Amino acid sequence: MGFKFVLLWTDAALWAVVLAVAIGLRRWLALPQSRATWAKVLHDAPAACSALVLSLFVVVALADSVHFRRALPAAQPGAATAHDARVESLLDLALARQHAMRETSYSAPLAYLGITKESMVRDGQLVRDHPRLVHGGAHLADPSSQWAGDVASRALAGAGGGLLFALAIVALVVAVQRRAFGSAAAAWRAIRHDRTALPLRALFSTVVAVSLLVGAVAALAGHYHVLGTDRTGNDVLVLALKSVRTAFVIGVLSTLATLPIALALGVLAGYLKGWVDEVVQYLYTTLSSVPNVLLIAACVLMVQVALDQHPEWFETGAERADLKVFLLCVILGVTGWSTLCRLVRAETLKIAELDYVQAATAFGIGRARIMARHIVPNVVHLVLISTVLSFSDLILYEAVLTYVGVGVDPSMASFGGLINLARSEMSRDPAVWWSFAAAFGFMVTLVLAANLFADGVRDAFDPRARSRRARLRRGVVT
Amino acid sequence: MGAYIVRRLAYGLAVLVGVNLLTFFLFFTVNTPDDMARLNIGGKRVTQEQIDKWKAERGYDRPLYWNAAENGGAKLTRTVLWERSVSLLVLDFGRSDSARSTDIGHEVATRMGVSLQLALPLFLLQLVVSVAFSLLLVFFRSSAIDFWGVVLCVVMLSISALFYIIVGQFLFARLLRVVPISGYAPGLDAVRFLLLPVALSLLARLGGEARLYRAMFLEEMGKDYVRTARAKGLAEQSVLLRHVLRNALMPIVTSAGAYLPYVFLGSLVFESFFGIPGLGAFVIDAIGGQDFAIVRTMVFLGSLLYIVSNALIDIAYTWIDPRVRLA
Repeated sequence: MGFKFVLLWTDAALWAVVLAVAIGLRRWLALPQSRATWAKVLHDAPAACSALVLSLFVVVALADSVHFRRALPAAQPGAATAHDARVESLLDLALARQHAMRETSYSAPLAYLGITKESMVRDGQLVRDHPRLVHGGAHLADPSSQWAGDVASRALAGAGGGLLFALAIVALVVAVQRRAFGSAAAAWRAIRHDRTALPLRALFSTVVAVSLLVGAVAALAGHYHVLGTDRTGNDVLVLALKSVRTAFVIGVLSTLATLPIALALGVLAGYLKGWVDEVVQYLYTTLSSVPNVLLIAACVLMVQVALDQHPEWFETGAERADLKVFLLCVILGVTGWSTLCRLVRAETLKIAELDYVQAATAFGIGRARIMARHIVPNVVHLVLISTVLSFSDLILYEAVLTYVGVGVDPSMASFGGLINLARSEMSRDPAVWWSFAAAFGFMVTLVLAANLFADGVRDAFDPRARSRRARLRRGVVT
Repeated sequence: MGAYIVRRLAYGLAVLVGVNLLTFFLFFTVNTPDDMARLNIGGKRVTQEQIDKWKAERGYDRPLYWNAAENGGAKLTRTVLWERSVSLLVLDFGRSDSARSTDIGHEVATRMGVSLQLALPLFLLQLVVSVAFSLLLVFFRSSAIDFWGVVLCVVMLSISALFYIIVGQFLFARLLRVVPISGYAPGLDAVRFLLLPVALSLLARLGGEARLYRAMFLEEMGKDYVRTARAKGLAEQSVLLRHVLRNALMPIVTSAGAYLPYVFLGSLVFESFFGIPGLGAFVIDAIGGQDFAIVRTMVFLGSLLYIVSNALIDIAYTWIDPRVRLA
């Protein structure tokens, strides 16, 4: 059984980002002051917990970013090996069982019966009833009496396993912390009263909650469709998990595409001033004067026409869908750089007047060198803040764009696509609410975590900015 | 002031020309008029005659940028670029690319009224409700109300507007049957149809805006005049309403002003979900039908509105804050 690795455009870009972030963080953390700033982010309980949740999503997204095509068994000996047209990822391998558990049509979460009635022969008579699902709950001999017990026992066992895993992590951390606090009991007390430097109590709660949920779902997923199935019988949980990658691709790559333009033009305009500044200001005023959705729609329509006329650019449907997403990210980047550029320009104007830049100029250092060595490093925090802030906006935006019809290809799982389907499913009778609920749950968790993390990053890296957060003043009466 | 407005208009015109060039490049150079004709006529086998006929009907049969066959100034003016740009600048939008070839100018004029009916009350209500909610949070700042209010805001802004719409339609139109699911009727009847979209849109944007305004108010609260006002014995509510609100109005107007173009352009998502025949739904249909003439017109109209509303915001500054001088 051979494999052929497929490197999709977005895979390459995503892994390049992972590599760049790893190298960048390593070099950044070598500086004591930036280490302190990052520590501030992690010492903030909401930010630390959401970083933990986000990292789980990252694992899912990256597992779904290693693609390959299986080799087909040779039709005759000696023939060249052909490869399956279906592109799979590591995540698909992990979810192989769920892929195999394909039903014929809609079924509710954890159900053992289909939702549409069918004619069937029972005891020699033709009756119309809900058919048994092919896979969901198929192991039950008498589902009406066994079902509730089976679901409960599996969920409890899974949650129990999850709890054990979480407790093991807690015990490990307490054991490590024992040194700092003298004894394990002292460490545990400090954690319980939230007196640790890192918000360990909040982190432990997150670990326990996530493990319970993941454990229960994993235990049930082998025999039931935890989030039901869609119209063609696909497991909705799988669709939702596959959508995570799409959301990440759009959220990460789009901001990445804005960075070079925004940074370069912003610094050039702010430092060189004069006609360069005028031109850059004209450019971003022009760009931001066009309503965003319309400009994106226009660009996407153009890309679609181009793709339709060049079917020779891709071998498989997945590659076509992927190229479309990649181009969508480029379009989002090229149309969305004006806000960041404005910020960078304003900051550069300020920095250019500072003493150290004046000193560098007096020493006769070239302008290019001043920009690269003295200005860019001091506006990087703006770039970081705007990157994390726009991440959640872009995920929300993807849903709207897909709804409008200029977003992700319908063949690719995405939250927008799920919502789009859910819209018509909700008006069925009985209402098919589970794909809506799945999209809602996953998206809100992801966006909320991203927002909380972004707030933490903004507060740590830009202390002068107005904080959007509320804090309870403890023990102070005003 | 007069000189300022003239300069502002000139810059606006330059931006409009830039937008026009940008969209022209997007629509005619990335894909040639021939591609567009093929797309619009549809079908597998499209003859060159059909394409030429389609192009001639819509005036795309000239060279794009430079007509070498003509003499003098006509080399520049008898091109697609020139003719399309000039007609847009005098607000003559022409006909759509699709087979029905509707009169875009007429459609825009009738649909803009519908969009305004939805967007104008929404815009005003949005401002009032968001400011009121954020003032409430600021009044109870550093208390449990403030804390949980902000938590609520963060959760609300993490939920896509599409969820609000789907849940709202399901709950109020399908289960409770308080309002019709979708549709539109002219006149007073419209209220029935507009109630739900206005309420849901309000809800969808409340979280983000209330949080932003709250931060703006808190920034004002740190200033010296607030301390003075308190020192002279003013009650907290009159400090907030008489002093802080007025001073924070400037950033609030700036951020609310960003929505002004959409008051006229309408909301893409809300209009199409609720079947309201406004400009937003018009654009969605055009995108679905790949009608480039309509999309190009709407892009142009959008940037025109953006420029005008930005100028209006600047003029509003002088009215809100007499210290601001436009020069």
